[in-house]
Amino acid sequence: MTLIDFANPTKFLTFTTRALPWLAGLTAILLAIGLYQSAAAPDDYQQGATVKIMFIHVPNAWLSMFVWAVMSAASLGTLVWRHPLADVAAKSAAPIGAAFTFLALVTGSLWGRPMWGTYWEWDARLTSVLILFLMYLGLIALWRAVEDPSRAARAAAILTLVGAINLPIIKFSVDWWNTLHQPASVFRSGGPTLDRAFLIPLLVMGVAFMLLFLTLHLAAMRNEILRRRVRSLQMMQASRSAA
Amino acid sequence: MSLVTSLGPYASFIVTAYLLATAVVATLIAWIAIDYRSQTHRLRALDESGVVRRSGRSATEL
Repeated sequence: MTLIDFANPTKFLTFTTRALPWLAGLTAILLAIGLYQSAAAPDDYQQGATVKIMFIHVPNAWLSMFVWAVMSAASLGTLVWRHPLADVAAKSAAPIGAAFTFLALVTGSLWGRPMWGTYWEWDARLTSVLILFLMYLGLIALWRAVEDPSRAARAAAILTLVGAINLPIIKFSVDWWNTLHQPASVFRSGGPTLDRAFLIPLLVMGVAFMLLFLTLHLAAMRNEILRRRVRSLQMMQASRSAA
Repeated sequence: MSLVTSLGPYASFIVTAYLLATAVVATLIAWIAIDYRSQTHRLRALDESGVVRRSGRSATEL
């Protein structure tokens, strides 16, 4: 099966039906390993055990931006190539991305209270991620407001691409402005600054959450294809009844 | 219990963060699973009413 075959929703459904159980199993195994390593990781010399929040906060923060990047690529597919699955991919990813962003904000807040002495600070990183979360909610509202998915797709694609401007702002906010949030410690030009005892569980959890997103996204895309099939069949049924 | 007590004075923050992440991920999984059941149920109902796709295949066929 070549990549172009996935443009056909029926072939995509066949692929997801076969792939989902394997992906779900692999995700569960990696999450179990990651959680075990997170529990076994030593306390940080400054933060103590609160460093364990990092193992769920950071993967969710990575995914909050990654999902929007996936949606941006899908939006290009909608606007430029009119790929039949592009807007299905974008629409299905939005609620999952919103959930990951919500978790990044809340777990960050729970980490911030004991370390910074506050749940929330209007600094550039926190504020730009909050804006990302609000953009996800706006996008979900837009999809729900327009009944015809093909009409909603174009407006949503434009909004998604405009919103992508926020991604470099989030990434570099800690370098461009003086923020309470710490600068990057994994993906940086000089290499990770984290000790291996923290870096390895973090990377395992990062891969596990990435697989979790892939699994949920494929399952949500399958649901969206079926929803559109239901809609078109109901319209056929209604037109037959009217004739 | 010993794991929780070994987390020190901020154990409640750590446990809350992990429980919340578990709850949100479980909700996502449940929502997607319920949605799948709902769509397949609707397709089955359409299939039973005799509606077929433009390709001639039944509503529930992949």
